[in-house]
Amino acid sequence: MGLMADPDSVISVRGLRTAFGPHVIHDNLDLDVRKGEILGVVGGSGTGKSVLMRAIIGLQEPAAGEVRVLGTSMRDKDEGEAFEIRRRWGVMFQGGALFSTLTVAENVQVPLREFYPELDRQLLDEIARFKIHLSGLPPEAAYKYPSELSGGMKKRAGLARSLAMDPELLFLDEPTAGLDPIGASKFDELTKNLQETLGLTVFLITHDLDTLYAICDRVAVIADKKVIAVGEIDELIATKHPWIIEYFTGPRGRAARLGHERQ
Amino acid sequence: MAQLAYFTEDQLPEGGTILRLGGALSISRLGDIDERLRSVSSAVSQIDLSQIEHLDTVGAWLVYRTARDHGATIVGADSDAQRLIAAVEGADVPGEAEPRRSHALYLLHEVGSAVIGTARTFVEFVGFIGQCVKGALNLILHPGRLRFHSIVQHFDMVGVRALGIIGLMSFLIGIVIAQQGAVQLRQFGAEVWTVNLIGRLTMRELGVLMTAIMVAGRSGSAFAAQIGTMKITEEVDAMRTIGVVPVEALVLPRIIATVIMMPLLGLYASLIAIIGGGLFCWTTLDIPPETFVQRIREVTPLTDFYVGMVKAPVFGAIIALAGCFQGMRVHGNSEEVGLKTTAAVVQAIFLVIVLDAFFAVFFTEIGWD
Repeated sequence: MGLMADPDSVISVRGLRTAFGPHVIHDNLDLDVRKGEILGVVGGSGTGKSVLMRAIIGLQEPAAGEVRVLGTSMRDKDEGEAFEIRRRWGVMFQGGALFSTLTVAENVQVPLREFYPELDRQLLDEIARFKIHLSGLPPEAAYKYPSELSGGMKKRAGLARSLAMDPELLFLDEPTAGLDPIGASKFDELTKNLQETLGLTVFLITHDLDTLYAICDRVAVIADKKVIAVGEIDELIATKHPWIIEYFTGPRGRAARLGHERQ
Repeated sequence: MAQLAYFTEDQLPEGGTILRLGGALSISRLGDIDERLRSVSSAVSQIDLSQIEHLDTVGAWLVYRTARDHGATIVGADSDAQRLIAAVEGADVPGEAEPRRSHALYLLHEVGSAVIGTARTFVEFVGFIGQCVKGALNLILHPGRLRFHSIVQHFDMVGVRALGIIGLMSFLIGIVIAQQGAVQLRQFGAEVWTVNLIGRLTMRELGVLMTAIMVAGRSGSAFAAQIGTMKITEEVDAMRTIGVVPVEALVLPRIIATVIMMPLLGLYASLIAIIGGGLFCWTTLDIPPETFVQRIREVTPLTDFYVGMVKAPVFGAIIALAGCFQGMRVHGNSEEVGLKTTAAVVQAIFLVIVLDAFFAVFFTEIGWD
């Protein structure tokens, strides 16, 4: 186990242990996310993918271990450091987690108002408008409330809000779950585009094999309470771990691979 | 930290102005450049980005907007900058502005929608009562479908768990009646009539009324919040698809439990208030407990007890109906749950007091005074 963090890594997790009471989720988990990559995180249901994300962004206090994001330790940090780090990342939760009493445009403006209260109202409106466009929503969605949006639109609006601050690092929790295949591949394209255009590093939790093949630079597999392998999909299959083999060479895995190769 | 964004204006030899932007054109280093770029008055024909250290989407938008407003060309952009500008360019569609109304029109609109909303709520409430009656008739025809467990659970929530707070409240009310009554009646040398005041007021009015207000605050609000949350999480819809009638499963048990618990709580509250008043009489007016109890029995007619016991179940039904009705009206977001819970309590207390006034006149008319 390398104790020193890779200098290129945007996120580095060392020896992470998380537990809910006696129920241990992660034990001695290590993970590095390199600058500028899209890292896909996969694992069976209940293996703690979302918990890992929560531990990295500081919503879940780890029982042990070290988490560093953008060079700053996420444990025992003071409020000022935390503020600086939050300014540099964007998080999209599974259901969008939009503020239900605000319109989409107001949702996008929440982080901007929080961090840059001096910004002009007109500029805020303009920023909200192009962020909403960047995330693939029609302009009229800006004045709608979350309850008036479909599931896919909520996700896009959540993405628009997470992009509001021009983050260096983007966390996406199952962005394509519950989307139709056309919407899902559009979302993949969008993620890839944004990563290339804005130079983002993306931490992407997904169950979607097509997403893994289409846009992920590397994939991390969580099983047995740790990350058992990280790498390109072919490298993962070469590890011969039974769960990985089943995951990628099962009927769905084969279909996704075929679809990817055909392109 | 990178330098704040800045720009200079230069004249081009072939005429027109060139804006040279520099520094970090990113959201954290903007300063007042947005305003200054807006107020550039000369005709800009070129925008030079070659001195820019860092550009993000907000910076790209400012560059694009300035170029668009002046019809200028962008020069000196590296490939990253070009990509960013191209990305924000697509967003420049004339989106419809948020509709704005004049104040007078807005006021009219608000008043109008309040009137329509109230009328609609009233119609819905009548409809809801109808649903409940239908559900109740159904239960009478098929008594096996009565959710006995649920009713017992609500007995506990509405009744047993309220005993402490209602007892404390009634005890204090009894003392207040006795103390205030004694002060006023002393002026006529009629302190002994304080006992009449305590007995009649608590049995006839305050015991049940204060209990109703407490139950509305404790249980009416809980009903609205519980059912409202279930609406948002689609549990109510799930019930319908399984074939469970929500009125039968959620509403009727709550109404039945509250209707049964209210008279019991009301009687309990009245008795505790009388005990509180009795203690005050004993300590301050030197009326011993035996005399107090005997006086209470002489001056409080049985009809006062009947009046309280007739009112209590009606109040209970109103409180439970209002709570469940508002809960079922929740749709959309979590803010609705809060709004409807407040509405449930306000509506319940208001209706209880209106009905109480009606009962006061009614019982006096039939001679139960």
